[in-house]
Amino acid sequence: MPVSEYDQVKRGWYRRNEIAITPYLFLIPGVFFFAVYVIFPVFQSFNISLYKWDGLGEAEYIGLENYRKLFDDRAFETSLWNNLKWLVLYLLAIPAGLMISLFLNQKITGIRLYKSLFFFPFVISQIVVGLVFSWFYDPTFGLFTKAIALIGLEIKGGVLGNPTAVTYGIIAAGLWPQTAYCMILYLTGLNSVDPEQVEAARLDGAKGWKMLWYVIIPQLKPATFIAFVVTIVGALRSFDLISIMTRGGPFGQSRVLSYYMFEKALSEYGFRMGYGAAIAVVLFMIMLVFIAYFLWSMYQDEKGAH
Amino acid sequence: MHSIMKTSFAAIVAAGITATVAHADAHALSGDLVIFSDMSNPAPRAVMEGMAERFGAMHPDLNIELTIIDREAYKTQIRNFLTADAPDVANWYAANRMLPYVNAGLFEDVSDIWEGDMSTELASTKGAMTIDGKQYGVPYTYYQWGVYYRKDLMEQFGLSEPITWEEEKANCQTYLDNGIKCYTIGTKFLWTAGGWFDYLNMRTNGYDYHAALTNGQAKWDSAETRATFANWRELIDMGAFIDNHQTYSWQEAMPFMVNGEAASYLMGNFSVAAFREGGLDDSKLDFYQFPEITAGIAKGEDAPTDTFHIPSGASNKDNAKAFLKFVVSADNQTLINNGENLGQLPVNALSAVDDDKFLNEGFDMLSNKAPGGIAQFFDRDAPAEMAAVAMEGFQEFMLFPDNLDDILARLDAAAVDIYAE
Repeated sequence: MPVSEYDQVKRGWYRRNEIAITPYLFLIPGVFFFAVYVIFPVFQSFNISLYKWDGLGEAEYIGLENYRKLFDDRAFETSLWNNLKWLVLYLLAIPAGLMISLFLNQKITGIRLYKSLFFFPFVISQIVVGLVFSWFYDPTFGLFTKAIALIGLEIKGGVLGNPTAVTYGIIAAGLWPQTAYCMILYLTGLNSVDPEQVEAARLDGAKGWKMLWYVIIPQLKPATFIAFVVTIVGALRSFDLISIMTRGGPFGQSRVLSYYMFEKALSEYGFRMGYGAAIAVVLFMIMLVFIAYFLWSMYQDEKGAH
Repeated sequence: MHSIMKTSFAAIVAAGITATVAHADAHALSGDLVIFSDMSNPAPRAVMEGMAERFGAMHPDLNIELTIIDREAYKTQIRNFLTADAPDVANWYAANRMLPYVNAGLFEDVSDIWEGDMSTELASTKGAMTIDGKQYGVPYTYYQWGVYYRKDLMEQFGLSEPITWEEEKANCQTYLDNGIKCYTIGTKFLWTAGGWFDYLNMRTNGYDYHAALTNGQAKWDSAETRATFANWRELIDMGAFIDNHQTYSWQEAMPFMVNGEAASYLMGNFSVAAFREGGLDDSKLDFYQFPEITAGIAKGEDAPTDTFHIPSGASNKDNAKAFLKFVVSADNQTLINNGENLGQLPVNALSAVDDDKFLNEGFDMLSNKAPGGIAQFFDRDAPAEMAAVAMEGFQEFMLFPDNLDDILARLDAAAVDIYAE
């Protein structure tokens, strides 16, 4: 029996448009949760930052007053600078991870064991990393304190008790797991390096740094991009280490924006939701710069691929 | 078979009737009672569970649901559960620490519990529970602060408990000359520095100035406050405090005294249990009231009070009020504060203080030797935000005393905002 045109017309609206609609159906759950848990709170934060609100009672609209106060707030300034230090120094995880992955990219007995040992710090919780480093830096019995004493150095108050050294100390602790993360990204990247290109370069006399710079690293570009993204995000999220190692101290010198926001809005003594939201908005703006860059660069890649 | 069932049924009914009769006097409660508590350390936890159990035994028809939350986590969770899912009874702290919740209408006015005898029995803490003439909770325990010291070290160097500031400093100098720090302290969590400020300030300027300063009526950059910091600086310049205190919690600072590297500790009485566990018995551990600084000023003391409240959103307020009355009753106060339980001071004047050296001395000090007044503690008397910035300033001062001008200016600037409401 031939299929008549009449039958086709009778098919339902959904059936007819199935191919066009299905992708959107699959997207709905994701979009819904992203909107409720990400997009909506972003706008809510913007809104709250215009109010004076203790989180309990009535909110009072004060316009941009919270932002004006941020300008006079030295604790905010300190946090901002510390965020900058985190952003710049945390990127050291990328070359460090690359070095280790090059070193581990060999075929010798037990290399898997060495790889897992190097990867270990990324597996353990940030809390544990923070605690381990707190003991390492302890001003009386800490290994680090003893070690620098051997070469005649002393950091007054210990690393975590010294207002100048403290942020660098915490960043160093954060670099430990972050380097491991970058290392694993590069190790997978190195697997896909084209051996023929390496061979060709070798015939042309390239070796050492030149081989690395002109042949290997360009091929690792995707891995570098991901490493850059996760490191930037990691630097801006540096909350748990600060919370566990110093609670922002001594006297607030190791605070970053995320921790300062928590202190002002949500901690034991914090009842300034509006002010906290204003800090969050500033942090969001900083992130937005990177997010825009990431999106743009991914968009360029996609365009290139098509 | 049939008859046995009948008899047992009759027995159950009979038992039920007697039970009802027996408890009718105590106004048997029924329904639910939901309690959220922050008494999560081992001893307080046992006390809280014991209270719920005994209150349950008095009211067998009452279904008590007790949730104990970690003490630190509780401090941030309280906002959520008070607004979203209020229990019938909740722990918190007295004075300004409860102000935000009272202002937001989240704590129930319980002035009726305080009517009559209760006000006389709990007179010592009534002020701390009162905001605008109404009471918003009941206290269950309080404890003294003071200087806990190594008795054996003091005897070894032929010293005695100091009465005046000069003696305090002279004692300290002797310890320092012998290679022992005078005071251990851990300021990582800041409030310990608040204790030092409270005492120095109350001894230098008196209780009333403490009240004025924490209420925002006095300026930070003033002759009085500067005098307090000048006295503090004398100790700092002597090197009286242990090094690197900014990296220790109050517990981490204890070993210095237990090991004899530091001679004393300005602390709350809750530290005694830990000292005893660390091996300091009463021959090695003793206590004295913080010495006089400005002669003639009536001494004020810190004695923080821990409390129970009824959230406004509670669904079983009558049961909750009965529980609050039970908590403050003289017998219960005697029991929960004794040495085997909390090891602190009962708030009910009719309660007995357990026969413990530190509790006796503390009770005597607060009842007879603190004519100036009883303060709650810096971070309970000052509004939360002020306490946070000020205590951070205290820590900075202890590390960099030269920054004082800057710190005071900063605190005054913060105060303008915080007290503006």
